[in-house]
Amino acid sequence: MDVPPEVPKEDGRPKWDNKFQYILSCIGFAVGLGNVWRFPYLCQIHGGGVASLMVSILVSLYYNTILTWVMWYFINSFQEPLPWSICPLNENRTGLNEECYESTAVNYFWYRKTLNITPDVTDSGTLQWWLILCLAACWAIVYLCTIRGIETTGKAIYVTAIFPYLVLTIFLIHGLSLPGATEGLVYLFTPNLNILQNPRVWLDAATQIFFSLSLAFGGLIAFSSYNPSKNDCEKDAVTVAIVNSITSLYASIPVFSVLGFKALTGYWDCLDRNIISVINEYDLPEQSITRQNYTDWITFLNSSNPEKLAGLKLKSCDLQEFLDQSVSGSGLAFIVFTQAIILMPGSQAWAILFFVMLFSLGLSSMFGNIEGVFTPLLEVKVISKSIPKELLSGIICLASFLFALCFTLGSGSYWIDIFDSYAGSLPLLVIAFFEVIGVAYVYKIKRFSKDMKWMTGRKLNLYWQITWKFISPLLLLIVFVAFVTLQIQKKPTYAAWNPKYEHFPVKEQKVYPPWVQAICVLLAALPCIFIPLVALIHLIKRMRRSKDPSFVPPEIFSCQEFNSNFSHPPQK
Amino acid sequence: MLGVLLLAFSVVSVASAELCKPDAQNAFKVRLSIKTALGDNAYAWDANEEYLFKAMIAFTMRRYSSKSTTQISNVLLCNVTDRVSFWFVVTDSSKNTTTVPGSEVEAAIRMNRNRINSAFLLSDKTLQFLKISTTLSPPVEPSTPVWLIVFGVVLSLIVAGIVFLVVSGIQQRKKKNKESTERENLEEKGEVTITIENGIPCETLDLKAGHVNGVFAADDERFTSL
Repeated sequence: MDVPPEVPKEDGRPKWDNKFQYILSCIGFAVGLGNVWRFPYLCQIHGGGVASLMVSILVSLYYNTILTWVMWYFINSFQEPLPWSICPLNENRTGLNEECYESTAVNYFWYRKTLNITPDVTDSGTLQWWLILCLAACWAIVYLCTIRGIETTGKAIYVTAIFPYLVLTIFLIHGLSLPGATEGLVYLFTPNLNILQNPRVWLDAATQIFFSLSLAFGGLIAFSSYNPSKNDCEKDAVTVAIVNSITSLYASIPVFSVLGFKALTGYWDCLDRNIISVINEYDLPEQSITRQNYTDWITFLNSSNPEKLAGLKLKSCDLQEFLDQSVSGSGLAFIVFTQAIILMPGSQAWAILFFVMLFSLGLSSMFGNIEGVFTPLLEVKVISKSIPKELLSGIICLASFLFALCFTLGSGSYWIDIFDSYAGSLPLLVIAFFEVIGVAYVYKIKRFSKDMKWMTGRKLNLYWQITWKFISPLLLLIVFVAFVTLQIQKKPTYAAWNPKYEHFPVKEQKVYPPWVQAICVLLAALPCIFIPLVALIHLIKRMRRSKDPSFVPPEIFSCQEFNSNFSHPPQK
Repeated sequence: MLGVLLLAFSVVSVASAELCKPDAQNAFKVRLSIKTALGDNAYAWDANEEYLFKAMIAFTMRRYSSKSTTQISNVLLCNVTDRVSFWFVVTDSSKNTTTVPGSEVEAAIRMNRNRINSAFLLSDKTLQFLKISTTLSPPVEPSTPVWLIVFGVVLSLIVAGIVFLVVSGIQQRKKKNKESTERENLEEKGEVTITIENGIPCETLDLKAGHVNGVFAADDERFTSL
């Protein structure tokens, strides 16, 4: 008699179409905006279930607002000239708008035309209708792609995960051909030994790689739960980590070429302005002073008549100063890069490409966030099975959209910075720490090794055992403690854009009022509190159910609840 | 006679020197950046260009006020430098010793700036009248902002996609429901029986193809063939 084939479990759970979809989704989730705009900045200046769910919810809320800004810039890229390249006129048409004239056209478009920012975080301002439109469109796109869970994200991910690499390559080729690209790259890769001695550098690097991999969001767990049980997860994990790091490095090259180009152009502009002033003042023939013999001329004129030269008040032009001038985060994309794009010929095309790339990057990370919310809600028996998936995802998207409306207020970007620094950073460290401790010490490495052997067919490498038992918890603890001490040491301040500030366009440093500080603490503590809270609940439930004194931590329970596909190896 | 002429000439030249000098009353400084504007096609600034300039200013004054009878000789240029920059002043046509008020000259030039610029193939930036500020023209604004149009296109694509997916989802669900009710109905009528043998539904066993059991196949060879 023949042995019957194994009948697969019919539980109706969706599955990835193929392995490539899964890998792309994890890469897309891990490779987000941070790889493009945070890692290159850091290179330059130096030399957890319910908890995860909470973090995913908080992050989804504000992350999509960043996509809203990207979309706003995208739809504004179809004009000639680009709206952030020129200053509008003032009311009586005698000159340029004052706020724009004092700062730059790019700054003006970002702070006034896009955000319509208020001078203070307590001053909420009004809802910006154009941002609401873009926010609605973004949430509609997210809904469209996540409407049926991974069935639809799996298809969408082909585009959103691969397209950014294409655009980065195009920018790489174009960027390297721009003047000043070599200066930018040299600047990126020369280590500044003084700065490397600062421990803050290493802390920033550690936090960057940690957040960059989007760990502890629950999204990776959610994605992985849709894999078949016998999956080589070790190979997947290594692949995603390596691809993420390589992407960060790969993204740095075009970013720094373009920044070098921008710095060089700024330097040339500074020189040209000085040259024009000197020529006009001394009535010398046009083009008699070039960039090359500028310094010779200045020394000659200084020796003959120093007062006249001093009276011109020439700005000192230093290329290093221009190279130092980058920002990180949203500033890099919306201020620095847009300024560089204006200088390139065919700027509309470059702007469109760039913003579509940013949108794809952010969108694929949003898939991970939404899955981190969607999947646990589906698994937990709170939601009845009769509700169709389309409706559930629709409700999630609609609720998030309504909440995110407060980020479209005048003070919205201040709140996004708050969410980013407090909700999207500290809780993740805590959740990841508890996940590692849970797997290594409570679930026990031995049991995990057996599971790994069943899934991958290989014994768990000694490297993983050592890192999970000792190195990872230790490092996470160090990063956490350093992070907290650094945060406590400095007063929580923020930089406000205030046109009436005396040193405008320099941003005004203001202190958060107490009620805002309370919200920051709440955002950081809320997801973390859930870990001991849920542990307590499960403990009480267990003690009531059976008088078994052995304690199994809730993280494992919730993981098992969330990953119902993760079945134990058959008992012999 | 000659002496009187000489005297008159020197008086006039002294007078004009008095009238046109840097920072004189009602005098304006002009600065041209020909090489910047025209690059290789730049022309050299010589006496002929100066003549043209004087003619343009005279034309401007006449166009501004119909009563004006400004002649080319009324426009005085001085202090021409290599930059190319110079000072000019417009004298009153009736009395050669006074200059036209600066405000009139300014208003006239403002009115005809375009004509003056195009005569020299230059623009507001490359032909500068230093004390006369230009009125900036507002940028061309289309009636509907462009971004709104693009937004409309994007949003309609998204909505179409969502509607398509939702409708296809509903259709799939209806088909599945219909199939399962059909199957239930047939089972109730007892027409579809699933034969089960040893806990294995017979459908999974491929009865037609069959499987050869190696043990029995080997046994056949024990018997010699007839």
